Amino acid sequence: MHVPDGFLNLGTSAATGVVATAAVALALRGARRELDDRTAPLAGLVATFVFAAQMVNFPIAAGTSGHLLGGALAAVLVGPYTATLCITVVLLVQALLFADGGLTALGTNVTLMAVVGVWVGYAVFRAAVRLLPRRSGMIPVAAGVGGLASVPASAGVFALLFSIGGAAPISLSTLLAAMVGVHTVIGVGEAVITGLVVASVLALRPDLVRGAAGLHVARPLEIRTEARV
Amino acid sequence: MWSELVGANHSLLHYSGHSPLHRAPSHWKIVATVAFVIAVVATPTGIFWPYAGYLAVLAAATFIARIPPAYLARRLVVEVPVVVFAAWLPFISTGERVTLLGLSVSREGLLAAGALLAKATLGVLAALLLAATTDIRDLLAGLTRLRLPGPLVEIMGFMARYVEVILGDLARMRISLVARGFNPRSPRHWPVVAQSLGALFVRSYERGERVHVAMLSRGYASSFGPGSSPR
Repeated sequence: MHVPDGFLNLGTSAATGVVATAAVALALRGARRELDDRTAPLAGLVATFVFAAQMVNFPIAAGTSGHLLGGALAAVLVGPYTATLCITVVLLVQALLFADGGLTALGTNVTLMAVVGVWVGYAVFRAAVRLLPRRSGMIPVAAGVGGLASVPASAGVFALLFSIGGAAPISLSTLLAAMVGVHTVIGVGEAVITGLVVASVLALRPDLVRGAAGLHVARPLEIRTEARV
Repeated sequence: MWSELVGANHSLLHYSGHSPLHRAPSHWKIVATVAFVIAVVATPTGIFWPYAGYLAVLAAATFIARIPPAYLARRLVVEVPVVVFAAWLPFISTGERVTLLGLSVSREGLLAAGALLAKATLGVLAALLLAATTDIRDLLAGLTRLRLPGPLVEIMGFMARYVEVILGDLARMRISLVARGFNPRSPRHWPVVAQSLGALFVRSYERGERVHVAMLSRGYASSFGPGSSPR
């Protein structure tokens, strides 16, 4: 899934690098609003969680399996700014320590997964929350819809970038259809897993699901002076 | 298969040693690796002789670092999706058609696929060499010296510190599920696997909260805190 070196020419890679740098700078400001001085340890641990979650295989059939990408999931759980930082750090670590994703393609990968993946996922999640009935049971469904949208959106942007600065001459419509087609199928898996994970966190610690903030009305402590039977 | 629930590739790639390449300042190694990869990517399509030179540079560096080539070769599996994409390119590219092994393919697509595969492989090998010769602490120090924003380095540092702990949590959940006879083989089992991920998130987040409190009690001042605007 990670774009390696040599897929896109240097000009396109530099342009996505600028986009990624600007987005990360904005995310650093935004994350401070989401987490204040707890940002570093919490974003660090959430990034580690995303890194670990991407290693968990979900069996499909006949020995094949898929795994989570986690952009939309992180956005729903900890907010989009922190999610952008977390996915960026995961990509940095994967590129520098695991050779997963090219070094010159780092800006491209951050743009595709930490910016497009997270923010499209989050925007669609927000829209779905608004359209669906206002019940906390609808939050996992909305998160799933966000996950479903985030994967083909990233793939679509990759197809656009490849048609601008790609290594081979391919008509945009062919590539776009193929990339978005394949990744919509992957997106269905992402949607189901995202929804299931959000549902399980909602059951354990509903206060940790940032996307559900406001749906849980805090019940004031009720002092009962006499026992009711 | 359940035994493969957690992929085997989570061990860090560092190959400890005392070669000149291991001892070289990490920021220079990062700069050299990035410069090398930029040169590789800048090679025009259709010219193939420079790749022999690039490979010679990598071979020399591997020799100096005294890393067994098989150690690097094994990690090339990360490239499998690239091979799939490259194999698909000649068929969907536009341009002049040629016949290869009885199949009609695009000439330009074929050349592009070859170049793309060569560039990606060299990029992976260069990054592997950097990871193998650089300890994660040195890498973080190097990134700081290269002016990567402090908060990003700080988050990466927490990740480096806790990755084994979180993967250990995950492994313990896996063992306890296996001990209870869980053997996922189809999407019917996804809810259980997803629940362990949910539990892992809660554990990770709560650990982050405890770490923060422990740091505060030891006088920690965040690079995110008031009076330090992240740039």
